[in-house]
Amino acid sequence: MQTVIHTENLCKAFGDFKAAYNISFEVYKGEIFGFLGANGAGKTTAMKMLCGLSIPSSGKATVAGFDVWTQTEEIKRNIGYMSQKFSLYEDLTVLENLKFFGGIYGMSRAEIKEKSQQLVHELGISQFANRLVKSIPLGWKQKLAFSVAIFHNPAIVFLDEPTGGVDPITRRQFWDLIYQAAARGITVFVTTHYMDEAEYCDRISMMVDGEIKALDTPENLKKQFGVETMDEVFYELARKAQRKGD
Amino acid sequence: MRNILYIIEKEFKHILRNRSILPAIFVAPMIQLIIMPLAADYEIKNINLAIVSGHYSSETQHLIQKITCSGFFKLVKETSSFEEGKELIEKDQADLVLQIPNDLEENLVKEKKGKVLIFVNAINGTKANIGATYLSSILKTYNLEFIQKEFGLTNPVDLRYSNWYNKFMNYPFFIVPGVLVTLVTMIGAYMCALNIVKEKELGTIEQINVTPIKKHEFILGKLIPFWIIGFFVFSVGFFFIGMGIYGIRPLGSILLLYLFLAVFLVAVLGLGLLISTYSQTQQQAMSVAFFFMMIFMLMSGLFTPIESMPNWAITMAKFNPVTYFIEVMRMVVLKGSGFADISGHLLKMLGFAIFFNSWAVWNYRKTV
Ligand SMILES: Nc1ncnc2c1ncn2[C@@H]1O[C@H](COP(=O)(O)OP(=O)(O)OP(=O)(O)O)[C@@H](O)[C@H]1O
Ligand SMILES: [Mg+2]
Repeated sequence: MQTVIHTENLCKAFGDFKAAYNISFEVYKGEIFGFLGANGAGKTTAMKMLCGLSIPSSGKATVAGFDVWTQTEEIKRNIGYMSQKFSLYEDLTVLENLKFFGGIYGMSRAEIKEKSQQLVHELGISQFANRLVKSIPLGWKQKLAFSVAIFHNPAIVFLDEPTGGVDPITRRQFWDLIYQAAARGITVFVTTHYMDEAEYCDRISMMVDGEIKALDTPENLKKQFGVETMDEVFYELARKAQRKGD
Repeated sequence: MRNILYIIEKEFKHILRNRSILPAIFVAPMIQLIIMPLAADYEIKNINLAIVSGHYSSETQHLIQKITCSGFFKLVKETSSFEEGKELIEKDQADLVLQIPNDLEENLVKEKKGKVLIFVNAINGTKANIGATYLSSILKTYNLEFIQKEFGLTNPVDLRYSNWYNKFMNYPFFIVPGVLVTLVTMIGAYMCALNIVKEKELGTIEQINVTPIKKHEFILGKLIPFWIIGFFVFSVGFFFIGMGIYGIRPLGSILLLYLFLAVFLVAVLGLGLLISTYSQTQQQAMSVAFFFMMIFMLMSGLFTPIESMPNWAITMAKFNPVTYFIEVMRMVVLKGSGFADISGHLLKMLGFAIFFNSWAVWNYRKTV
């Protein structure tokens, strides 16, 4: 199996506070890797280091073969990122957002045009294509944000709580999109608070107070903790947490 | 380069779709440009003058007549007592007191010279001082005429006061270029800073920072739209309001003004960018930008001449880009200065542009 993300004792401190501590794991090509943890556990912090948005305090990591210390710009060329905050332009239309992000990833105008039409068609949002993003329903916004994150066909996509606040049906549809992307060979790195979503992942890591406390397939984790559901696994680990979410 | 175009296109969409920013950019400045010069009219008329003289000889009468005929003065009192004149100043009823000695005529004839005294009420200093200047210029003319008459000189030394470069003391001519500069500054620094910080607040900047876009591409993409808007606002202000409404006819080259404007805009946009790199919220950016704007306005020679400022303020004015543009505007518009005259200013402005932008680029981080 080809390793696409490799981290070794990766740390991020804000002053004295260790938001992420000694993070070590590997993610393989084409897998859906779940990154779980309570509020404030340090998921976003770790993810931003891997995306080249934040410089680590110490430790090593490579993403798509590039070093997070020295090759952040190369990393950025090879990844997609959907942040926890919704971050498409609300005052641009669906097509305009696609055009802008496709454009700054270096796609040609013709390619943007063709892929936009195709995407709008596949998502079944032709009726929204020329509407301002702020006027479309949240579920569609999130699906659109995901589509924008993989629009330039990256090797890895990082999704930070992509389904927060979305209804169960839309969440299912969202995960269908994730599966489609994975089937195309895109590695998916996703954080979530929904344990049913954890079950959809190939492997999951559990973060508690900035450290990774468990990492395995959902099946093995349940076995390891002698419980029936991921909910219980999460509860077993997270109740030991000292950190209060914010 | 292609990337920059995508950003510029997006910025224009943001700006044109924002219902609150559009009026702030286009309407408010024009209204200010129409109103401010009217309010900031320094032209002085109706200067209250008291004349103290004990003896009204024909010479004295003649002099008084010349003064009142000038149209600038309102004779509030003619008295023989100096004490009364002093009281008028103390009660703020007179701005100026002119004392004509009783023996003016005698002295003029006998000694070929006479003395008059002007007392100035410094409470409304500007008015009184300008009045004193007018008054002494009238006295000078009188003086000349007297010499001419007494000595029969047909071609005496011609001593005349005239306001060079703004012949008719037309204050809008003086103020409009200045106000226009401050408006362009506002749009540059303010709008540019707010625009970038807004992306920080919304979180969209993170989405940009995670793309392979280059720092300079992002920055140019952000600056160029406001640079263009700066040109647009300047042009509307200059042609429609300055030339159209106030009838200003620039003596120098308009192209030269545009050359300077181009560099000036780069400098103030750089400042806006710099402010944005240090601010996390629009409120922060706004208060910092406001602070700079206040200092820029007050220390620019827009309302108060720089020469009459205390030394520390003159030093500050030298570090103020707005000062130079106002000066250049006035030089080119009122005096017809050419490239050689303003090349020093242009160099300094280039310095500002490089300084602000390098600092801002240095401080802008895609990775924190
Ligand atoms: N820039 C920062 N400066 C200081 N502390 C920070 C900063 N960013 C995050 N933290 C702190 O680091 C800790 C981890 O934050 P992080 O956002 O990574 O958590 P998370 O696991 O993503 O939580 P959530 O599920 O709520 O998104 C939190 O206690 C947070 O307050
Ligand atoms: Mg988070």
